[in-house]
Amino acid sequence: MTAPVSLRRVTQVYGNQTALHGIDLEIAAGEYIVLLGPSGCGKTTLLNIIGGFAAPTAGDVLIGARSMAGVAPKDRPTTTVFQDYALFPHMSLADNVAFGLRMRGVAAAARRAKAMEMLEMVGLAAMADRRPHALSGGQRQRVALARALAVEPDVLLLDEPLGALDLKLRRQMQDELKAIQRRIGTTFVHVTHDQEEAMAIADRIVVMNAGRIAQAAPAREVYLHPASLFVAEFMGEVNKIPLTNGHSPLGPLHPGQFSQKTGTLCIRPEAIGTSGPLTLGPARITDLAFFGTHIRAHMAPLAAPDLTLIVHLPQGAQATPGDEITLFARDAVLVADRP
Amino acid sequence: MKILAPLYMAALYAFIFLPVIVLVVFSFQDGRLPVPPLKGVTLKWYADVLSDRALLSALWNSLLVAIVSSAIALTLGFLAAVALARTILPGSALIRGLLIAPMTVSYLIIALGLMNLWRDLGLSVSLWATGIGHVVINLPLCFAILYAAMGDQQRSAERAARDLGASEPRVLWHVTAPMLLPSLLAAFFLSVTFSWDEFIIAFLLTRFDVTLPVEIWSLLKSGLSPKTNAVGALVFLVSVAAVIILELTVFRKRRA
Amino acid sequence: MKGERRLASLMLAPAVLWVLVFFVLPFAGMVALSFARLQGRTVEQGFYAENYARFWSDPAIFKGLIVSLEITATVTIISLLLAYPLAWIIAMRVPERWQRLALLLAVLPFWTSYVVRSYSWLLVLGQKGVINNALIGAGLIAEPLTLSASRTGTVIGFVHFFVMLLTLTIYANLRQLPPNYARAAADLGASRWQTFAHVILPLTLPGIITGAFLTFVLCIGDYITPQILGGGNELTLPQIIMMQMGRQGNFPMAAALSVVLMGTVILAYLACARWLRLDRI
Repeated sequence: MTAPVSLRRVTQVYGNQTALHGIDLEIAAGEYIVLLGPSGCGKTTLLNIIGGFAAPTAGDVLIGARSMAGVAPKDRPTTTVFQDYALFPHMSLADNVAFGLRMRGVAAAARRAKAMEMLEMVGLAAMADRRPHALSGGQRQRVALARALAVEPDVLLLDEPLGALDLKLRRQMQDELKAIQRRIGTTFVHVTHDQEEAMAIADRIVVMNAGRIAQAAPAREVYLHPASLFVAEFMGEVNKIPLTNGHSPLGPLHPGQFSQKTGTLCIRPEAIGTSGPLTLGPARITDLAFFGTHIRAHMAPLAAPDLTLIVHLPQGAQATPGDEITLFARDAVLVADRP
Repeated sequence: MKILAPLYMAALYAFIFLPVIVLVVFSFQDGRLPVPPLKGVTLKWYADVLSDRALLSALWNSLLVAIVSSAIALTLGFLAAVALARTILPGSALIRGLLIAPMTVSYLIIALGLMNLWRDLGLSVSLWATGIGHVVINLPLCFAILYAAMGDQQRSAERAARDLGASEPRVLWHVTAPMLLPSLLAAFFLSVTFSWDEFIIAFLLTRFDVTLPVEIWSLLKSGLSPKTNAVGALVFLVSVAAVIILELTVFRKRRA
Repeated sequence: MKGERRLASLMLAPAVLWVLVFFVLPFAGMVALSFARLQGRTVEQGFYAENYARFWSDPAIFKGLIVSLEITATVTIISLLLAYPLAWIIAMRVPERWQRLALLLAVLPFWTSYVVRSYSWLLVLGQKGVINNALIGAGLIAEPLTLSASRTGTVIGFVHFFVMLLTLTIYANLRQLPPNYARAAADLGASRWQTFAHVILPLTLPGIITGAFLTFVLCIGDYITPQILGGGNELTLPQIIMMQMGRQGNFPMAAALSVVLMGTVILAYLACARWLRLDRI
């Protein structure tokens, strides 16, 4: 029903391109892991290797301490929710959901009962005898989920499962996915390129870049304490202030916690305001836009007019372009790499 | 299992190629009969073919009827496909059915029908009648290929061209046709092959100006001869060369 | 809107007219002719059922339909059974970059002239042909086998052609399947065979039926192959039609038999209309 997954030095090479560089990752039983990254970062390759659809060039995958080397997809304790759902168009929803049980030789009545139970769980029991083409995108997604869970896998793999849905439906499905995972306790490994989706559902986010793990940590950690500039930028908008031996274009920063440091200072737009432990100095508003929850301002520091800072001002702030404000920041993080 | 698949493939390829290989090998037979044993190698049957007036004029007739009838079928099929794809007309499903219908009818029946029509009209059969028959069999093919190739992308590009001031014929010529070029070529080429190779319509609808398959048929009646092998080998060679050229030009481009 | 419709009608007109004048009209004429009768050597127009009555009662003629149906059924089944695995191997087992070449090779003899193709089989299957020659040479048989000049010859000639045609259509069908269907089945625990039986086969059924229908139409209406390879001991319906027309000059009878042939095709069409996708060949 659930099992830990352990990736040991998993490497994948296609021709002269290395898609995965020795990935090490321990996933706990019952954990909801999201593999996050831009297209081509290797996250889907990694998912395919866990599911058995691709064999790694080197390294090993262990599920529940059993090595998966040479184990075919059909014999693995994993099932997959495919990006295009891959619902069998010639079968009813109930037959789709019961397919895995049928392949395992479960009697017709028993598998029908289980299929109905699963469809009940995703709220589609009333449509059990319809064909997939009659469904909306969100409904198909639910059926794919029910089908993959009907065989009670130890690990469920989800390949961009919400990619085809519109924004509102996606948010709703995120909540449902998380609720279902909590209830059944199965290990979920979910691939996406949408960082909001990752933060909404993951116990732990594994940010990937160019075939390597850039950072693996809970959402708060990844967002507030990015391990690299890549992670900082991928998780959301960020202001980057270059530092060389403690010097920034804004002049010396107070207090002196960054003195003598070299790298890039990352500050989220919502972490800049009229108060805070770190003084950034006066800046002039060059542009403003009302975003509902906040006002997004472009600001040029007087000390470095070429550097544009993005600042989220409070919804009710009275500001117009040309205004001068002295800026302070919190939660500034120094990363070693430069833009 | 690992060895079964290649073995099966080899067996079927052998079956598929056996008659062609036999045909070509015995076209070089230095003897009267194109069957084993191979008595020696000679090119005299090829020389025989190339100096045979009747065969050469039949070859010319075949080429002419194939190209002209395919061009007509392609033009009519193209116009009809564009019209049906872009405009909703009353009864368009019926029209589509009508245009596809000849595809499901044996050539023999099409030939007999045209023969009777020609007799009723008091016309004598000729290469023209054959050409008309070939348009009937190739029109559904061209229409179906082009109709299937037309998509939303097509429609929006046409709309954009019209929006930019192109007249309808210019839209067809500058936008629709170039976008469909691979399908147009494929349809034309398939039509040419079908027409070129068609026997029963040409057999029943020509008298003196026969096409190549009909001429080969009359060669056959005088029994087995390496000369027939030589004609067959030549036709095969030309067709294969055309296929390879098409594959290397049109279809390679389409994939790139 | 109105101008657009007029333009569309104008563009449709030539094709529709061509089909009406040179296909529908002659066919209607032939149906009319099938109810005429031959008096001496002249055709007497009218509404007589005697051609159809003769088709029904003359065993020599009626048997033509049976022979045609038997040959066509045999050919369709054998061709499907041979072509499906080949198409499957090319689509699933041959590496992507070699697939086009493999397919091109599999249908290369398609481009031999149609008359010549049957003739070449005569060289292979005949009394003194390649196969008998090889078997006698190897000492396996003493007397040549009757391969050509029999139904076996006709069937082999047909199967050769339709294996190529069906490999092409089935391959296209297999390639159109999203690969995730097979992966999803395997993921849910289906063996290779189960994946094939429960997922691939049902999903390729429309393509198979379309190919089978095409085979049926082309095979049952063909004159050349049985004429060259069949040997004349038993005649197919098209052979009888040609005989009625040629030697006997009985055009009304030929027309009636053509209508019967057409009717058979229509019945076959109705039998598999549910799955047919003729506009997607």
